[in-house]
Amino acid sequence: MTTTTGDRLLDFDDVVSRYEPVIGLETHVELGTVTKMFCGCSTTFGAEPNTQTCPVCLGLPGSLPVANAAAIEATVQIGLALNCRIASWCRFARKNYFYPDIPKGFQTSQYDEPLCVSGYLDVVVDGETHRVEIERVHLEEDTGKNLHVGGSTGRIHGADHSLVDYNRAGIPLVEIVTRPVSGAGAKAPEVAKAYVTELREIIQALGVSDVRMEQGSLRCDVNTSIAPVGALEMGTRTETKNVNSLRSVERSVRYEIRRQAALLDEGVRIRQETRHFHEDTGSTSPGRSKEEATDYRYFPEPDLVPLAPDAAWVESLRLALPELPAARRARLIQEWGLSDTEMTWLLNAGALGVVAETVAAGASPAEARKWWLGELARRANESGTELTDLPITPAQVAELSGLVAEGRVNDKLARQVLDHVLAGEGGPTEVVEARGLAVLGESDELVAAVEAAIAGAPDVVAKVRAGKVQALGALVGQVMKTTKGQADAATVRRMLEERVVGQTG
Amino acid sequence: MTTTPAATDLTHLDAAELGRLLGAGEVSAVDVTRAHLDRIAADDGLLHAYLHVDGETALATAAAVDAARAAGDELGPLAGVPVALKDVVVTEGVPTTSGSRILEGWRPPYDATVAARLKAAGTVLLGKTNMDEFAMGSSTENSAYGVTRNPWDPERIPGGSSGGSSAAVAGHLAPWALGTDTGGSIRQPAALTGLVGHKPTYGSVSRYGLIAFSSSLDQAGPMARTVLDAAVLHEAIGGHDPRDSTSIPGQHPLLAEAARLGAGGDLTGVRIGVVRELGGEGHAEGYEPGVLARVAEALAVLEGLGAEVREVSCPSFDLALAAYYLIAPSEASSNLSRFDGVRFGLRVGDDGSRDLDEVMALTREQGFGAEVKRRIILGTYALSSGYYEAYYGQAQKVRTLIGRDFASAFGSGDGDGVDVLVSPTTPTVAFPLGARVDDPIAMYAADLCTLPASLAGTPAISVPCGLSDGLPVGFQIMAPTLADDRCYRVAAALEAAQDAARGHRLLDELAARRTTGGPA
Repeated sequence: MTTTTGDRLLDFDDVVSRYEPVIGLETHVELGTVTKMFCGCSTTFGAEPNTQTCPVCLGLPGSLPVANAAAIEATVQIGLALNCRIASWCRFARKNYFYPDIPKGFQTSQYDEPLCVSGYLDVVVDGETHRVEIERVHLEEDTGKNLHVGGSTGRIHGADHSLVDYNRAGIPLVEIVTRPVSGAGAKAPEVAKAYVTELREIIQALGVSDVRMEQGSLRCDVNTSIAPVGALEMGTRTETKNVNSLRSVERSVRYEIRRQAALLDEGVRIRQETRHFHEDTGSTSPGRSKEEATDYRYFPEPDLVPLAPDAAWVESLRLALPELPAARRARLIQEWGLSDTEMTWLLNAGALGVVAETVAAGASPAEARKWWLGELARRANESGTELTDLPITPAQVAELSGLVAEGRVNDKLARQVLDHVLAGEGGPTEVVEARGLAVLGESDELVAAVEAAIAGAPDVVAKVRAGKVQALGALVGQVMKTTKGQADAATVRRMLEERVVGQTG
Repeated sequence: MTTTPAATDLTHLDAAELGRLLGAGEVSAVDVTRAHLDRIAADDGLLHAYLHVDGETALATAAAVDAARAAGDELGPLAGVPVALKDVVVTEGVPTTSGSRILEGWRPPYDATVAARLKAAGTVLLGKTNMDEFAMGSSTENSAYGVTRNPWDPERIPGGSSGGSSAAVAGHLAPWALGTDTGGSIRQPAALTGLVGHKPTYGSVSRYGLIAFSSSLDQAGPMARTVLDAAVLHEAIGGHDPRDSTSIPGQHPLLAEAARLGAGGDLTGVRIGVVRELGGEGHAEGYEPGVLARVAEALAVLEGLGAEVREVSCPSFDLALAAYYLIAPSEASSNLSRFDGVRFGLRVGDDGSRDLDEVMALTREQGFGAEVKRRIILGTYALSSGYYEAYYGQAQKVRTLIGRDFASAFGSGDGDGVDVLVSPTTPTVAFPLGARVDDPIAMYAADLCTLPASLAGTPAISVPCGLSDGLPVGFQIMAPTLADDRCYRVAAALEAAQDAARGHRLLDELAARRTTGGPA
């Protein structure tokens, strides 16, 4: 589906010289708990539709929710990692509206009493730190999934009929809401992306969700508004949904800034509305209009008792938090002796994790970085896969790096070994042995090759003996050629020197 | 005018007595069940207490109990005793409508906890009883499936919303039954049919599988012909349930024991507070003189048993009706949102010409009755943005005040307060069918006395205390949270003393009318 857009867009640099963008992000994270938020159904992704349901998550008459303790714990962990205050008492609330994907006619969520409040997350863009303030982190349940059959758009309008899969209904969902982020200026799109990136890494580090945007376990709504530089009031915001990748977060903000500026320049008011992001064109289009604003009639959920996290329990969770990504990066910069820029490269390449694992498996930080950012990055690029999806483990990279350090293979051989490992022929040592790719020692074969080279080039030998030692290079090249690169160049040079220069000395 | 029913009539035995006879092998579960099915076949055409009866399944269940007993299996004391369930209780494979057109034909895939516990105890389900739609009403006239008649006078209402259960038990179409009480729906129909009905402490009986009306108020409870039966049935369904977050964990009081203690007749040292605001001096407007007279006589009986009686003021109780009619409809407006025609029950207008919103609207338009719509509208308004604080918020504050009035009346337990509070259960005896259907406010007033305990979550029982104009009057006994045993003890004492003074049970007078040819 290609979306054409009639939006007029202004040049980004021009816009941000005259308007101040303000962004806000609402991120939904599906927790990786074994069971759903309010019942014992499985949360496994990809099961046959409606096989992971029960009276509770189907909202059958008479059924009642019981809150999942593991989900509450995970939410508190996220809140702590985002520097939030954890409420000592809070409640769930009902958000009432009609839609087939919410079985009860309301979503059990939190309203004015969220579990975690008033935190922040610092993100770095081009060496500059931006503090993103977190308004709230709350716990709710996911909705079912509608499948609209027939029609061209996959949306409900024009569909022949609709099917609903309630497997997802009731999966614990954490909503993380930022305060409006202003002052980022031209960097606003990148700050938005950096925020979601950092948030994803934190949640990964906590191990409470697999945060896969493509599977929808991390979903992002991006609010964007702009106001003339120096204006006291914020502009009217739009809320962009369907932002399903990190790159889309940045692009959607950039698009909205340019679109809104064109309208404001023409004196047109921005409509407060929900817009859909289109991956193919990088554009947004209006979604459900908020003209008929839904009154959700929130009220405290009477079927659930209030949550009162014990202070000592919260403190124990705080102490048990794993090392968070920012701290880890700072530590690795120190330990590996990197510059900030080098760390940025690693992060941008998505290689920090594998490099760290390679180091942990015994490679030096420099070697590990060299392999992953060099040869392996190139191969990933060529084959169009993610670096981390290459069929080689950090331990194998470390092993290969060890073979080079020991002199068992040289750089050229190592690249060949890599090819065979990636082809699935086994680990580096196995490949070296099976393929006979080890460097030749001072074997008869090598001695013969050296002596043949000396015998075959008396003029070069004469030059060397006359003092032009650099001429020896030609003989080294000849030997390497004869041995098809399997010799160690330094060894060859030493052997040549012994035989050519040594005789004169 | 009093004739004791023939001892051979199994439908005239108390449930506890039936349990004893079944246990001793003196009667079979099949005989007991068949006797009740016969009675249903004979009388339910007039009374319409039941919405669904499956005699075949009931007899099969009974036969299984008899077989197990014959095989020497260890069975509980209720095994083989029949029971009726209000149709708000979800029963696996058995139609469950909550008195609404919108659930017509729905056969649930699971059992409510109370139904599962009764099943596990070996009771035999006779059927599901009629009720006001979604338990909204005080006369059972709001059922989508027709009215239920009061066995004492078929031209009068049996109370509501558990009117099917009250008519079934009073009419001997079941030895006992479950009702649910949100604002008085067990106690008021029990009072109007001469039964014992108890609303347990909120959280002491599981709500899992009760089709929700108002989640913070709903409680299931027993309706029976004796205090002891009510206590036994309550114990069978009560106790903690991990499927209900609002269920109270830990030890619950012993109820049958309290009933037996009370029946001993000694209430020495028991302090009884008469609530001034519920029919007391200067607050008797709208209360029938006959009702007030019977309550006064009951108080005299209790004093005679050694109880101390004093008047207690609970000023916030005057606000209970207003608070209730904001809180209950608010929660109901949300609880009833799931009835949208998408997953179960009625669906109207899905012929391809209408969009989703139209089908949902049409389904709800045709599926819900007038009273349900009235309360959904009221609740939707009360919760709407901008009005929430003024209505729902204020009502919750009143609720807190009512709880404080109870707390100060009961005191700290060091002798500074009363042990129980009492009042009439309802201001009038059963009114004629149709008398209040066009006047919702008059209908709501039937719950005046029962609402405070509902809002406070405290237990309350209604026990018969005589007749006024030939119709039963109920006496309400309220106790502190988790002191349900006090309700049973005082009720049993009153029951025993009045039965002794009368020389027979109150319900025997109803049986006598039947044997002398129809209602008085």
